[in-house]
Amino acid sequence: MSLIQNFDLYAPKLVDRKEYLCSGHRACQGCGEVLGVRLVCKGLGDDVVIANATGCMEIVSSMYPFTAWEVPWIHVAFENAAAVASGVEAGLKALRRKGKIADRDVKVVGMAGDGGTMDIGLQALSGAMERGHDMMFVCFDNEAYMNTGIQRSSGTPMGASTTTSPAGKVSMGQKTWKKNVAEIMVAHNVPYVATVCPSYPLDLIRKVEKAKKVKGPSYIHCFTVCPTGWRSSSELTIALGRLAVETLIFPLYEVEDGKYRITVDVENPRPVEDYLKHQGRFRHLTPDQTKMIQERVYQEYNKLLDKVENLQAWSDLKYDLGMLD
Amino acid sequence: MAKRVGMEVAIAASEAVALCNIDMAAVYPITPQSHIAEHLSDIVADGRIDAEFVTVESEHSAISCVAGASATGARVYTATSSQGLMLMHEILPIVSAMRLPVVMGIANRAVSGPLNILNDHTDIMSQRDCGWVVLFVENGQEAVDLTIQSFKIAENKDVMLPTCVNIDGFQLTHMVEPVEFPDQKLVNKFLPPRKPYATLHPDKPVTMGTFAMGDIFPEVMKAKDEALKGAKKVVLDVFAEWKKMFGREYKLVETYKTEDAECVFVTMGSMGETAEVAVNELRKAGVAAGLVKIRLWRPFPFEEFRAAIGKAKLLMVMDRAIVHGGMGGPVSVEIKSALYGEKNPPAVHDYIMGLGGRDVAVDDFEAMAKKSLEAYRKGVEKDYEFYGVRG
Repeated sequence: MSLIQNFDLYAPKLVDRKEYLCSGHRACQGCGEVLGVRLVCKGLGDDVVIANATGCMEIVSSMYPFTAWEVPWIHVAFENAAAVASGVEAGLKALRRKGKIADRDVKVVGMAGDGGTMDIGLQALSGAMERGHDMMFVCFDNEAYMNTGIQRSSGTPMGASTTTSPAGKVSMGQKTWKKNVAEIMVAHNVPYVATVCPSYPLDLIRKVEKAKKVKGPSYIHCFTVCPTGWRSSSELTIALGRLAVETLIFPLYEVEDGKYRITVDVENPRPVEDYLKHQGRFRHLTPDQTKMIQERVYQEYNKLLDKVENLQAWSDLKYDLGMLD
Repeated sequence: MAKRVGMEVAIAASEAVALCNIDMAAVYPITPQSHIAEHLSDIVADGRIDAEFVTVESEHSAISCVAGASATGARVYTATSSQGLMLMHEILPIVSAMRLPVVMGIANRAVSGPLNILNDHTDIMSQRDCGWVVLFVENGQEAVDLTIQSFKIAENKDVMLPTCVNIDGFQLTHMVEPVEFPDQKLVNKFLPPRKPYATLHPDKPVTMGTFAMGDIFPEVMKAKDEALKGAKKVVLDVFAEWKKMFGREYKLVETYKTEDAECVFVTMGSMGETAEVAVNELRKAGVAAGLVKIRLWRPFPFEEFRAAIGKAKLLMVMDRAIVHGGMGGPVSVEIKSALYGEKNPPAVHDYIMGLGGRDVAVDDFEAMAKKSLEAYRKGVEKDYEFYGVRG
């Protein structure tokens, strides 16, 4: 039974009613990631194959002899989801060309957490994107190694306390700024890159649909709240996702053919404090540290705005063939 | 009768892969595998086979990529050496547990450090327990024949395990050897299209590579072990069919002049031919020498090995790898285990030699035989020795 009340009234044409990740999986209460996966799958529809990295999603959805997956799904290891996905793509492509399988498009989608994307899986992801496979990669970023017990990753934000970047008498927790993988993907000339958050389901689904239509690689960075790792109340998952966007900490944008566009405008940004205060991982921060984070958020957002305002689509760029003469 | 041609063995191995009509290959370059990768890319670039050729960014991705493609039902191939195989290591037991019939050529090379590009068997021996079918070849013809046979072995419904063909790096891969290629039509008959058990496709969604805890994990391991042991019968059947169709006979363990042999060399890979010459020389000098060549390393053909050594009193095992801190080299350890409990087992002398490409010539085999026979006749116990190594 659908948990969404009056679903037929407000979203019959916007959201696929079919569930591709069925209930009964073992995700924590209030898991933002499993919601993100569910919505991404709704955007993808039937004709997909998913290659999943080791991590929370793999563990909660595929405990043998059960599976939560209604779509073809494969897991091999942690750092290689993009490599496995690229192999699935190559296999399907050859078999289709040789008439050994049905002659229709099937989108191959790699999925991994922030560790499996931004740290240990970055090389495989870079390789797959550079090779230009017709595949999508989705990073479900909950900002630490949650499956192994909340250790820091390069996705962990400055100041967050994790089990390997703990706040202590002489430490503020994580001492580095979050790696921006969406930008790294843009630098690979990936034709479609977008950031999404399940707190904005229609924005998320629309971007996944768009990415699916791309012939070639596409990348989606999905911000997912983790109540267990963030030490936040599970009923705040949706609210925290919205606060991350409203504080400009995680802006929702897309980069299509090099052209940046913010998809969810924030007219009156809220102070980062509004987002940080609900999470135990930031509880120790001093006002000065909060201010430092606030400044960085503004700086990053301005960098993004600068790109939105000044960068043209790659296909619109004018160049003079004689300029090298 | 097909024509014999002179061809570099690495190139011949890729020609054999082409005869198998693969759907996809993923490779990352490493010496001395590189000629296999290069020539295969030529074959694809010239449209001689219709296959996806994926030039991945590491060997870890090479094995992951072919695993993904194999899961779609495609016939896949990869090749590597040494450090590349070590980098693949994490994925090798997953591929066998997922029962994906990947075929891999290994141009065997020493493992760093120090860095070395030449031949020994340390690379494959470090992957011994990953649940793959492991074959060794002695010459160019075997490299061709066993590469083709490997697809049939790997894809057999009772096996469904990855299979690797070990070709000694440089000492074999870079040699020009006489090779006879089987006719494409006959290969098509010998190796029909792959019939996968399950595939990744939305027409019939399946979940592959699930999470399994103690309530089912041991059963998966047992199933893999039984499949690997059972692969021996399939290898024998494939060898028999090959002989029928192409005339060349293969055995799990090959013998040379063992009938009346008192002392027997045990080799794997390309040094078998040198050892044959040494056996002839020793016999001229009045020593009843023989030679046993292990072709199938995994699953280890225990019965066939025991039968092959006949009544020999002394085995001289040529190990091109070391079990550090153990009892010599991996082949001798296996053989001692094979002989445990036998009545009047032969003495097993282990020689660790040919590491990092050091030459092992006919003279060396003769010298080792002399050493072993002396010790044996004096009743001196001997376990293992680094042959011809200073220090």
